[in-house]
Amino acid sequence: MADKVIYAMYDDDDVLKDGAKKLVSKGVKVADVFSPFPIHGIDPIIGVEQTRLGIFAFIYGLIGLTLATVGMRYFMIVDWPMNIGGKPSFSYMDNMLSFIPISFEFTVLCAAHGMAITYLIANRTLPGMKAKNPDPRTTDDRFVMELRTSDNHQFSVTELEDMLKGTGIVELEQKDIV
Amino acid sequence: MHKEAAIREPLILGHKTYHDITEDVCKPIEDKAPKTWYILFGIALIIGLYGVGCILYLLGTGVGVWGLNKTIGWAWDITNFVWWVGIGHAGTLISAVLLLFRQKWRMAINRSAEAMTIFAVFMAGLFPLIHMGRLWLGYWVLPLPNHFGSLWVNFNSPLLWDVFAISTYLSVSFVFWYIGLIPDFATIRDRAKKPLSKKMYSILSFGWSGRAKHWNRFELISLVLAGLATPLVFSVHSIVSFDFATSVIPGWHTTIFPPYFVAGAVFSGFAMVQTLLLIMRKAMHLEAYIHTKHVEYMNIVIMVTGSIVGTAYITELFISWYSGVEYEAYAFINRATGPYWWAYAAMMTCNVVSPQLMWFKKLRRSLLFTFFISIVVNIGMWFERYVIIVTSLHRDYLPSSWSMHYPSHIDIGVYMGTIGLFFVFFLLFARFFPVLALNELKTILKSSGESYKNGDAGHHPTSAPVVEAKKEETPAVETTTTETASNTNDLLSIVGTVSSDKADDLKAITGVGPVLETALNEIGIYSYEQISKMTKREYDIMDEMTGKSAGKAEKDDWAGQAKELMNKSNNQ
Repeated sequence: MADKVIYAMYDDDDVLKDGAKKLVSKGVKVADVFSPFPIHGIDPIIGVEQTRLGIFAFIYGLIGLTLATVGMRYFMIVDWPMNIGGKPSFSYMDNMLSFIPISFEFTVLCAAHGMAITYLIANRTLPGMKAKNPDPRTTDDRFVMELRTSDNHQFSVTELEDMLKGTGIVELEQKDIV
Repeated sequence: MHKEAAIREPLILGHKTYHDITEDVCKPIEDKAPKTWYILFGIALIIGLYGVGCILYLLGTGVGVWGLNKTIGWAWDITNFVWWVGIGHAGTLISAVLLLFRQKWRMAINRSAEAMTIFAVFMAGLFPLIHMGRLWLGYWVLPLPNHFGSLWVNFNSPLLWDVFAISTYLSVSFVFWYIGLIPDFATIRDRAKKPLSKKMYSILSFGWSGRAKHWNRFELISLVLAGLATPLVFSVHSIVSFDFATSVIPGWHTTIFPPYFVAGAVFSGFAMVQTLLLIMRKAMHLEAYIHTKHVEYMNIVIMVTGSIVGTAYITELFISWYSGVEYEAYAFINRATGPYWWAYAAMMTCNVVSPQLMWFKKLRRSLLFTFFISIVVNIGMWFERYVIIVTSLHRDYLPSSWSMHYPSHIDIGVYMGTIGLFFVFFLLFARFFPVLALNELKTILKSSGESYKNGDAGHHPTSAPVVEAKKEETPAVETTTTETASNTNDLLSIVGTVSSDKADDLKAITGVGPVLETALNEIGIYSYEQISKMTKREYDIMDEMTGKSAGKAEKDDWAGQAKELMNKSNNQ
């Protein structure tokens, strides 16, 4: 089914936010917002959920900590116990203090890199990807709200456009998506 | 929208719009590079290549070409390593620690400070690698199964901790930096006209399109990476200090080393940021974004960390005597009065005396003076590492092994070479990368931009009235009256209005005299009740309006006093 997309352009983040509030209260579903910087407070209005990246970072950190612990125990205790000045090296606990720095570093390493990779994949932003912003100015000083007709069956295209015109837009554009 | 106290100095000067910020940052990238850029780049490249030549000569001949000897096995190499790592710390401190503390002034400087971090840590990493002698076997520091049987690297050794710390630090800083760069590369991509630069920046920007969900993730990942980088930055220099502190050399074997090294690292790093940014803001015309207030904030950090370093020096001296350990005491007496007294004196004057000058507001707001001090601090911090390393080693336990260190020209060449390479990287960064964090600066324009704070900008950042406002200079007097009026309303809306016939005796509050009472009455403050509702924000507005007693109200806790007086009068 052919889907029509309406792009409404604003020149101010607060005007867009107020506009989105107005539209949503009338029952319009806003598909997306493109902006040159994070608009604080827009997410709950247009129904974007808080990301779960933080949980991922925590899990990656735990994996890193486990790997470091298992690795160092194997290297230093099981496989080749070193006699350093006659200090005990029979169990992991005996030597644990000197393993703390690397355990910490490896935890941070895994958490940071794991999270960054997840972030890039989740965003579909990888080297060589094509940008999908509707107008090049949205990375400069313009803010674009995207409405889809398939999300808003109860309204006709003209109705949607009329509603948008009442929210202080500066440009309006329509596109067909097959 | 986030509101900021009116008395805070604006962070973005002039009548800037979102588009102006983009223009100001992208122009230097899109225009042809000025002649001075080519000259500086050429000089840096020649010095850098000379350094590379010295390194190649060293690799071909052996570490013996350095001025090291049997007694002094570490000298310029490790001095330079610690110096560069230390410089790196400021970038992470600015971008991570200040992010956690929600310091907005960091946004103008974090991008370039972080670039500085990455390049500095890169230079630092070179030294241990060269010091290995056989660079191509450098991967042996990793725990890899090898052909010597199952012999692993020693995980008890601080030198191995260093390998993990520095490589984690370098790669995590890079990731943090790059994630912030992606949206700004997208801005340049969308403005680019030449096909080649369009292609390059679209690869670099990873197809960023700025969707709401992406920004949501972006904000979270910035926060979490900052949370991870903050303990990381403290751990890295602590571990660097363990290289010394876990040994049994007098002068190294002290528990004060980790905090003292971290403070010293931040101290030297901020000095380097000042050196670079004071030049960059002029050369790239970014005076509206990086101005005196930013420099002052950084100078305060220099002052604080410099004082910590000074305290550590003196504590070290005291403890060497108080411990009663002869070796330790001798190490410090020898530092101050031995053959390396000049290095010790240089370190003491540059690092202990010079930051104390920042207590004077005039000096810490002077750009020329700041530039001078930043160079002095960089020199001083290099000498600090030299003093710690060389003077502790040159007096061995056996007097027959006592020795002096004289740098060879290869020592000097490698060091100068890393400075050259550092500037090669930094100049390339300044030429092709957005040197200010565009997306972050735009978020603070409305709360900390000058035109928005004064209220003389239109509601729309891009609307025509802004341009008109630029032409028509409003008379200064008029602005202040309107400002005062709005401040009064602001203040009274919080503390409430009271008519003058219900006036209390405000003089009963410690710190309020008859003059101040009249001034307060003029604003509309008559009763204890009003004062009791005041917080820091209202104090600030009040201080600004009465023009007196800055900070006095907070110090004397007027609100608390007023509450007590209210209770008293109620009980009577």
